[in-house]
Amino acid sequence: MEKLCKGILLVAIVFLFAASSAIGQEIKIGVIGPMQFVQGQGHWNGAIMGAEEINAKGGIQVANKKMKIQLIKADSNEFINITDATNAMERLITRDKADFILGGFRTEAVLAMQDIAMEHKKIFIGVGAAHDELCNRVAKNYNTYKYWFRGSPFNSTFLVRTSFIHLGTVGAILRQFLNIPKVKVAIVAEKAMWADPMIPAAEAVIPKMGMEVVGVWRPSDKATDVAAELSAIQRTGAHVIFTIFSASVGITFARQAGELKIPAMQVGINVEAQKDGFWQATQGMGNYVFTMNTYARGVESNENTKAFVDTYVKRFGETPTYTADTYSAIVYTLAPTIEMAGTLDPDKLVSILEERVYKSASGTVKYMKDAQGRHTHDLTWGPGYLTAIGVQWQDGELKGVWPNKWKATPEAPEITYKGVVPVKIPPWMIEKYKK
Amino acid sequence: MDLIVNIIVSGLISGSIFALLAIGFSLIFGVARIVNIAHTAFYMVAAYCIYFATHKMSLHPVWGMVGAVVLVTLLGLISYKIFINPIREHEGAVLIATIALAMAFQEIMVLKFTGTYLSVPSLVKGYFVILGVKVFYQQLLTFCVALLIMAGLWILLMRTKLGLAIRSTAQDREVANLMGINEAQVAMMTMGISVGLAALTGAIVVPLTTLEPHMWLHPLIMMMAVVVLGGLGSLKGSFLGAYILGFAEALVVFLAPMGAFLKGSVALSVMILVLLIRPEGLFGVSFEEER
Repeated sequence: MEKLCKGILLVAIVFLFAASSAIGQEIKIGVIGPMQFVQGQGHWNGAIMGAEEINAKGGIQVANKKMKIQLIKADSNEFINITDATNAMERLITRDKADFILGGFRTEAVLAMQDIAMEHKKIFIGVGAAHDELCNRVAKNYNTYKYWFRGSPFNSTFLVRTSFIHLGTVGAILRQFLNIPKVKVAIVAEKAMWADPMIPAAEAVIPKMGMEVVGVWRPSDKATDVAAELSAIQRTGAHVIFTIFSASVGITFARQAGELKIPAMQVGINVEAQKDGFWQATQGMGNYVFTMNTYARGVESNENTKAFVDTYVKRFGETPTYTADTYSAIVYTLAPTIEMAGTLDPDKLVSILEERVYKSASGTVKYMKDAQGRHTHDLTWGPGYLTAIGVQWQDGELKGVWPNKWKATPEAPEITYKGVVPVKIPPWMIEKYKK
Repeated sequence: MDLIVNIIVSGLISGSIFALLAIGFSLIFGVARIVNIAHTAFYMVAAYCIYFATHKMSLHPVWGMVGAVVLVTLLGLISYKIFINPIREHEGAVLIATIALAMAFQEIMVLKFTGTYLSVPSLVKGYFVILGVKVFYQQLLTFCVALLIMAGLWILLMRTKLGLAIRSTAQDREVANLMGINEAQVAMMTMGISVGLAALTGAIVVPLTTLEPHMWLHPLIMMMAVVVLGGLGSLKGSFLGAYILGFAEALVVFLAPMGAFLKGSVALSVMILVLLIRPEGLFGVSFEEER
């Protein structure tokens, strides 16, 4: 009897160990972002979709076993307090034992969070921050920062380049349809770190594009009234307002410009205009605002886009923004790389990932090297890789308008994404200039 | 000429908004010596009430505004009774309690509405052109309401018994008490008027702005600057200070567009400059005299 009891006890202990190790058969992915804000909600929604898709197939094949994904949500509160972001990152790694981390949004916070993740040798895929420095660190100090990869969007330099192409496209349309010989451009950039280097770049490039810069305005990123700035812009006779906004000023500016019927087209970056809620937030006054974006309903950058956008819209009732690229980070970046490596060892994963070329939901991903041949883990921009799209609000709908017969160079083939429509000029602008 | 008109119009509009906020703040400080840091948080709550009424209950914005003013005034009175009145004699504690109250309101709004940027429709849509400058009807409404409220407040303070009681209490609480004025009741009523003014400001300003749970912070700084510039507790000082800072902001935007984000800082610098010359503010009681 005593032997039997001991036997049962032994079996129970073995079972408990087996059960606890079975619980450990999960890959823990930390999703960090400002969860009370749209950006963080995008992070989380994309990650949920990605994890569910992988888990529905039984998980990720790691060597000879299938491991399911367990997501851990961490609110970085990074818009308000960067210390909250670093604490959340520390907690994800030390207490929650996350194997991988996705997310981050505000550059200032991501730089701080990046240091913590790198110290613990955790692969951190940034989905939100665009500053070049995040990847320059990889090149400068590879051994420390090699666990960082950019997931979305591409870096600030390419963001500017793309928005200049959008500006050129709109300039050409205005010249053609309104017979404006010399297009005047007002640059309006919120006061934020990421926008600072874009201003001298814009001032240097715009004249080379055959347009004239009539002034630069730097409202606060949280300005609640820009009527004064708009009056000043109108006084200059600007035909185009080149916007560089990521915060709430994008809504204020678009709403007031629309309500005052300022006869100039807004084009550039306006992160708030990328969201479905923009129409309501501007009370419909954000019509004709043109911004760079990653996704739009009905626009396909490649064969993966439609399935992702449609499922996301069906599941969450809104168009995904680029922070929902946590989906691609799980489905197209992490999962296949882990399966190829057959291990969760970060060093092995890094060496495989930096050589991979693969399709995500928004384009083809290839990690770059700098001019000296050093790995940067930054995203390659350009035709055939990632280009982003241009979208315009047209009567309550966010329509894809670029690339539409776009040629990267005069010799390059034309590129048109499926689902794009022509750019519309605001009627009050046509009324003013088409005489 | 255009530039001057632009500066005048922008200055008047910004000044009116600051004045509405600052007068309410100044009133409760003058009467009960309460530094109500949560003043602009009540303004934020009113804005969200209007959003809720117009978008979730599909009410006309006017009803939303009326409801918001009533609800927020009640909220102000309840907050006063529970959080402020018991510690009223300790000015430092009141200061901290009202900061906590404002933070609590902010977090409640984050929980309820998240940090998403929202907006409400204008009461009067469109704009008109004055000397070549486009002005929103809503801005004109803000300016007119500010003047009306100021006039109403003047009548209340100068022509009614309540006004007399408020002025007496503001001058000397102990003597007012000895004269039979229920000082605690006057303080509570003043709190109601003060919070009501904050709610009303929220109601008329919200269509011009974007709603988010931290929208109370910037107006708080400007309001405090206006009050300090005008002289703590002085209503006419707050009125004048508001327009000085409003014009300072407009000048920055029009004369230094690259530094438009500095408009708040420049306005605060103007305040410091005035305080260097008149430490008690434009119409404040000098510190020595107060002691």
